[in-house]
Amino acid sequence: MSAPVPSPASASPPAAPCPACLRRAWLVAALAGRIEYGRRAGAARIPLLLALGDRDLMRAVGASPGVARRYEAFSPDEAREAVHRAGLTAVCRHDTRYPAALRELPDAPPVLHVAGDAERFVALTAVDQPAVAVVGARRATGYGGQVARGLGRGLASADVTVVSGMALGVDSAAHEGALEGGGATVAVLAGGAERPYPASKHGLYAAIRARGCVVSEMPPGARAQRWCFPARNRLIAALARLTVVVEGRERSGSLITADFARDLGRDVGAVPGAVTSPLARGPNALLADGAHVIRSAEDALDLACGVGGWQRRGPAAGAVPEHLRALHAAVASGLDTPDRLAASGVPVAAALAGLTELELAGHLRRLPGGGYVVALEAR
Amino acid sequence: MSLPRVLRGKPVLLRHTRTSSVAGVLARITTFCIDGLDSRPVAVEVDVRAGLPAFVIVGLGDLAVREARERVRGALLNCGFEFPQRRIVVNLAPAHLRKNGSGFDLPIACAVLAASGQVPAAAVARRAIYGELSLTGEVRGCRGTLAVAEATRRAGLEGVVVARERALEASLAGDLEIVGVDTLRELGRILGGEEDVPPLPDARERSRPSPPAADLADVRGQWSAIRAVEVAAAGGHNVLLRGAPGTGKTMLARRIPGILPPLDRDEAIEVTRIHSVAGAAAAGGLVDERPFRAPHHTISPSGLVGGGSSPAPGEATLAHHGVLFLDELSEFNRNALDALRQPLEDGHVTIIRGQRAARFPTRFMLVAATNPCPCGHADDPKRCRCTDSDHARHRRRLSGPLLDRIDVVVDVLRPSADELAAPPSTDTATVRAAVLAARARQAERLAAARATCNAHMDAATVRRLVRLEPVARARLARSYDDGTISARAHDRLLRVARTIADLAGRDAVGEADVIEALNLRGESVAPVREAA
Repeated sequence: MSAPVPSPASASPPAAPCPACLRRAWLVAALAGRIEYGRRAGAARIPLLLALGDRDLMRAVGASPGVARRYEAFSPDEAREAVHRAGLTAVCRHDTRYPAALRELPDAPPVLHVAGDAERFVALTAVDQPAVAVVGARRATGYGGQVARGLGRGLASADVTVVSGMALGVDSAAHEGALEGGGATVAVLAGGAERPYPASKHGLYAAIRARGCVVSEMPPGARAQRWCFPARNRLIAALARLTVVVEGRERSGSLITADFARDLGRDVGAVPGAVTSPLARGPNALLADGAHVIRSAEDALDLACGVGGWQRRGPAAGAVPEHLRALHAAVASGLDTPDRLAASGVPVAAALAGLTELELAGHLRRLPGGGYVVALEAR
Repeated sequence: MSLPRVLRGKPVLLRHTRTSSVAGVLARITTFCIDGLDSRPVAVEVDVRAGLPAFVIVGLGDLAVREARERVRGALLNCGFEFPQRRIVVNLAPAHLRKNGSGFDLPIACAVLAASGQVPAAAVARRAIYGELSLTGEVRGCRGTLAVAEATRRAGLEGVVVARERALEASLAGDLEIVGVDTLRELGRILGGEEDVPPLPDARERSRPSPPAADLADVRGQWSAIRAVEVAAAGGHNVLLRGAPGTGKTMLARRIPGILPPLDRDEAIEVTRIHSVAGAAAAGGLVDERPFRAPHHTISPSGLVGGGSSPAPGEATLAHHGVLFLDELSEFNRNALDALRQPLEDGHVTIIRGQRAARFPTRFMLVAATNPCPCGHADDPKRCRCTDSDHARHRRRLSGPLLDRIDVVVDVLRPSADELAAPPSTDTATVRAAVLAARARQAERLAAARATCNAHMDAATVRRLVRLEPVARARLARSYDDGTISARAHDRLLRVARTIADLAGRDAVGEADVIEALNLRGESVAPVREAA
């Protein structure tokens, strides 16, 4: 399938992604089940399949006559209407708003469905906007979650877009960190972008939709098949300059993302873990293969923006209120539990109330177990 | 028995009566049968008449009642009384009521004595009699003595005969002649008028010196946990102590009864009655310390809230007016915890078994303890080996209806070496004084409402009586609007904030009180959704 060069004239109104792209997106969703069938039978490699033209794709996966009929009778208006009803914005390959980074993919998605503000999406995926993917295991350890959160926060507070997949564990932690750090985050979903997946992350989904954006190549209503997850991973890798793997077993989805990134010639980084932990095998293997060592958000920022090419914003929450400044400083200096504060002479009721007031204002965060950490490091 | 032909078909009894040398003698004594926490009057009727020697007890008695025959016979003979070699029928009325327990020994023995003319019938008619006998004729105390004494008074009898070890307990029923006896022989002499009713034993002589109470001064560090416990005790709030093994959760929990206000007399009598019925009361009369019950986590639902074929109170009722401590909350049987919902909500539980229903009071303060995560080291990321999903599973086990009824949640942190070596952060006397002052303020405010402490205020009372400063109200509204707290949590938060203000002696709830109450929910309040 040839992708015509986007002309300035096609900077069309948002409601008009072109019919061919819409039809292609619809077709991939309609054939998702057949594609999954082919994958399980070992008959097809997904990236090759997705690079096929419409008719070749239908032939390759054995589309039913019904799908073929509906393909011929496809109505772009209905598709636009469905996108609109779901509250999404469809951005097709011929739209100037389509992220340039995705064009490097041989099987670039015809349409991106965006949940959230379209202008913010353009800003977050602009050519000169650095983006870093933070991915990892769903069953992450506390360590993995903490590191992912810190990376998300550190990257977003330097206005670098944090790209991830909103899965449980590392992905969610990275998004949450990014929201704490200012909100520059893009979640790429495997199914339709109009609803959260996994459903338990609905709170996070709503927050990302409100302050970052959620995207998917699948049209609204599409259910994610298993192949959609690695397919989604290729988008995560393509959207980012650097892909950081926080935790993951060998042969896990996170390593697939790293493979995609490497194939695209992007940087790959990994967070070192304990050699005894099965969840650290993935990143440690990447490091052995020459991936960059990521010890902190600074390491990732230096890679994504060049050393010295980035700057952190101060705490977005505003200055620490005068009467709590001493308490905030005490927590930063290591008196990080109410008991330690009380031992140093702060009345315990004041310590409890002060810590919570600082947390409400976004300066501290309570950890499981009752300790506190400074939420945003000011620079 | 073959009858002469002429008499066949005629009433045999008529002939028997006419020819018997001794007419039947009837004695009647009032006693009581424990039913739930109450007792029901039972008439013990004894008929002694000529015939083949026999001793029969009828009237739906359980095994203990049927075995009374042997104890009564042995006790009578060993105390030098005559056991009539005639046909003795004992009837326990009303016949439909199931009778259980060993308290029928003494009334049956006395009724036999009265029916056989060995003690005057008038002496036994004006008193209730309740007690167990040994074969040697010693009188033993039975569970539920206080409930029996109270019922005696209600029944309008002059006095009650009980074992001497239970005399003090019976005397709590008030204006009643208490006859505390050690042996059946002694009772015989008293009933025969040969001896006076003995005075009550001295309360001090009977009560054992109570072991030195556990003091909060034994706890090192733990300021935030002690503060949470202080707030919980001041407002009667249920509290969850969350912390790694060995951080001192149990130690803290055991010190909670010590900082609660003392029981008033009505409460103490209620507690005594419950513990007496359950057979748990020491024989020292009034139980004046708040109960502390710590059932093991393998307890069954009926063990926790009460049950059994004749309903008996469970741990929740034994903890009435005191503390119910559930250590390792996540290990408890789900059904058992679910069974606690009604008692926690209503302050009582109704147990129905067969045709019997019993209502047990359950106004306790719930103190629960749990590990923060399956491995117990959530406070130390280096040691915690749990994955996020392990944490989620652990939270699911704990969450649900029970956690909805816990107002205060606190992380019990591992004290540092310095804190362990430091002088105690506070002591029981200090905290108790603060709690008492806060309770006094609550009592004054809640005098008209039906609650006695903040935790028991219903939603309408909260709205009517909890006054907030405007900034505090705004802060609360903001937390509600951004979804930090749910509608249900909103009222709970207000109750806790009210208690914190009471501890500080403030009339209106201030912003700091609301914020501290937010902290004592034990959850992060980080604004992930809104502005960062």
